[in-house]
Amino acid sequence: MLMFVLRRLLYAVPIALGVTVVSFLLVYLAPGDPLNAIAPADAPAEVIEALKVSYGLDRPLPVRYLLWLQRAVQGDLGASIATGRPVSGEVRSAVGNTLLLAGVAAALGVLVGCLAGAVAGYHAGGPLDRLVTALSVVGVSVPHYWLGLVLTIVFSVRLGWLPAMGAGPGGSADWLWDGDHLRHLVLPALTLCVIPLGILSRTVRALVADLMQREFVLALRARGLGEAAILRHVARNAAPTVLAVAGLQLGYLMGGSILVETVFAWPGTGFLLNTAIFQRDIPLLQGVLLVLCLIFVGLNLLVDVLQPVLDPRMVRQ
Amino acid sequence: MTVLATVQAGVLATARPAVHWRHSLIARLLASPASAGSLLLLTLIVGGALLAPWVAPADPYQASMLRRLLPVGSPGFPLGTDEIGRDMLSRLIWGGRLSLLMGVTPVALAFGIGTAIGLVAGYAGGWLNTLVMRVLDVFYAFPSVLLAVAVTGALGPGLNNSILALTLVFIPQVVRIAESATTQVRRLEYVDAARISGASTIAILWQHVLGNVLGPVFVYATGLVSVSMILASGLSFLGLGVRPPEAEWGLMLNTLRSAIYLNPAVAALPGALIFLTSMAFNLLADGLRSALERQG
Repeated sequence: MLMFVLRRLLYAVPIALGVTVVSFLLVYLAPGDPLNAIAPADAPAEVIEALKVSYGLDRPLPVRYLLWLQRAVQGDLGASIATGRPVSGEVRSAVGNTLLLAGVAAALGVLVGCLAGAVAGYHAGGPLDRLVTALSVVGVSVPHYWLGLVLTIVFSVRLGWLPAMGAGPGGSADWLWDGDHLRHLVLPALTLCVIPLGILSRTVRALVADLMQREFVLALRARGLGEAAILRHVARNAAPTVLAVAGLQLGYLMGGSILVETVFAWPGTGFLLNTAIFQRDIPLLQGVLLVLCLIFVGLNLLVDVLQPVLDPRMVRQ
Repeated sequence: MTVLATVQAGVLATARPAVHWRHSLIARLLASPASAGSLLLLTLIVGGALLAPWVAPADPYQASMLRRLLPVGSPGFPLGTDEIGRDMLSRLIWGGRLSLLMGVTPVALAFGIGTAIGLVAGYAGGWLNTLVMRVLDVFYAFPSVLLAVAVTGALGPGLNNSILALTLVFIPQVVRIAESATTQVRRLEYVDAARISGASTIAILWQHVLGNVLGPVFVYATGLVSVSMILASGLSFLGLGVRPPEAEWGLMLNTLRSAIYLNPAVAALPGALIFLTSMAFNLLADGLRSALERQG
């Protein structure tokens, strides 16, 4: 077991390094000078030079990468070009808000998706199965930013039940666990949960329908076990796959929330990324990208490591 | 080789009635109401987009401050008008051109490039396979929306850049499917037989392996179009795709956002079209998958 965990850890290291390279290099794909964002077009040459030196832009690319990596490892992601504030601070609060939204949406989607998928798979071929299958196609096909807009129209504009924008009263970006903030969370979380809901219900439906056909289910029935006990056995067999899919979904939602955050003006990483892109704020762009992707890599690692807990056969392979 | 081919053809001929497999596949596909309905819907949307200059009732760029945000069902404007008075029906029909282009092109490109990479990596095996797959693992470590947004953001907003970004997002996924299919096929005996009879690597890949790899990759790519449509319009929605005043569903959804208080039905229309198109591609992929499975 320990060897298994170590091997997975070792495997994640080159991927994490690759992610840092891509995050760093990506912004250099851009045409134009990153200094254009801060220096006026008619700035004298020596001012441009001084700025270049102060941002380290006068060094060769590999050196810049290593320096950036060295500082990033210590938690220093540089200063935002547009605001001058440290990137790490801005990223921290935004990532917190995104994690909250993605976490609640993933929990909701996975829970309901598993239940719906299990019911559909157990009654495979029946009317309930057809209903769930139809709903899951809708779930994976719906553009979630549009769904967010429709939910806003219904629940904010027409009914006036829920707020349409922001994470708290008066546009506050700091999260608190109180009723007012929770009311702001409802619509974005509902919108975002549709993605894992559709995918999980599809996966679980296929899994359960397949498992119900297996001989061990027949054997359990022959031994006189009740349906509830059989379902427990089926659930135990489906659990490793569900864990893998659910873990991936939480990761995808971290990135996928960008669009939903824009619809609801949610103060998360999507908002930060938008700002970084349109102001050509390179350190901010690199920082957001790096932190989100490392979280994603970490999540995948966690799923990999947790999987043998649910399915000990995996270690032996 | 010809002997083997003759034997194979003989087996097939005795096993099945002499209907070309393509015909039977289409017949099976059309037998499912969901697939037939999606095909009909896609024909309408694609047809409307292609024939836009002839079927659109009005000029999609003709603005007028006198008729802003007319509701659905207004005389002369069956689907109302947008925030600067352009005819919604015409803009939705025209918008299909860019939206479909942005949704389908990345998948088509990734289909070609990804299949080629997967075929080579899967057939070569060994260190080349490991190298290619490990490099792609890095791109897999980025959530797809995030990668698309970051690449478009880095390259700068625009139609070509968003297509490029989405292609980059889809290539690793296509490679994975193509690579695993190739790895399975290359262990089969008929590939050995071809190699022993002296066929070149390129001939083996082209004539014997590709045919077995294209099926699963094509089904996967059909489903990917649905994701691509949503992401491409999403990029436009964020302001990273096509620029105004172009008619494109995602961009229209963005510019109409301010209208949700005044005229919510009109504001929701472009998104409904993205939804329908994406769902049609999803159902079609499902239908294709089960039709191919039954063919066995």
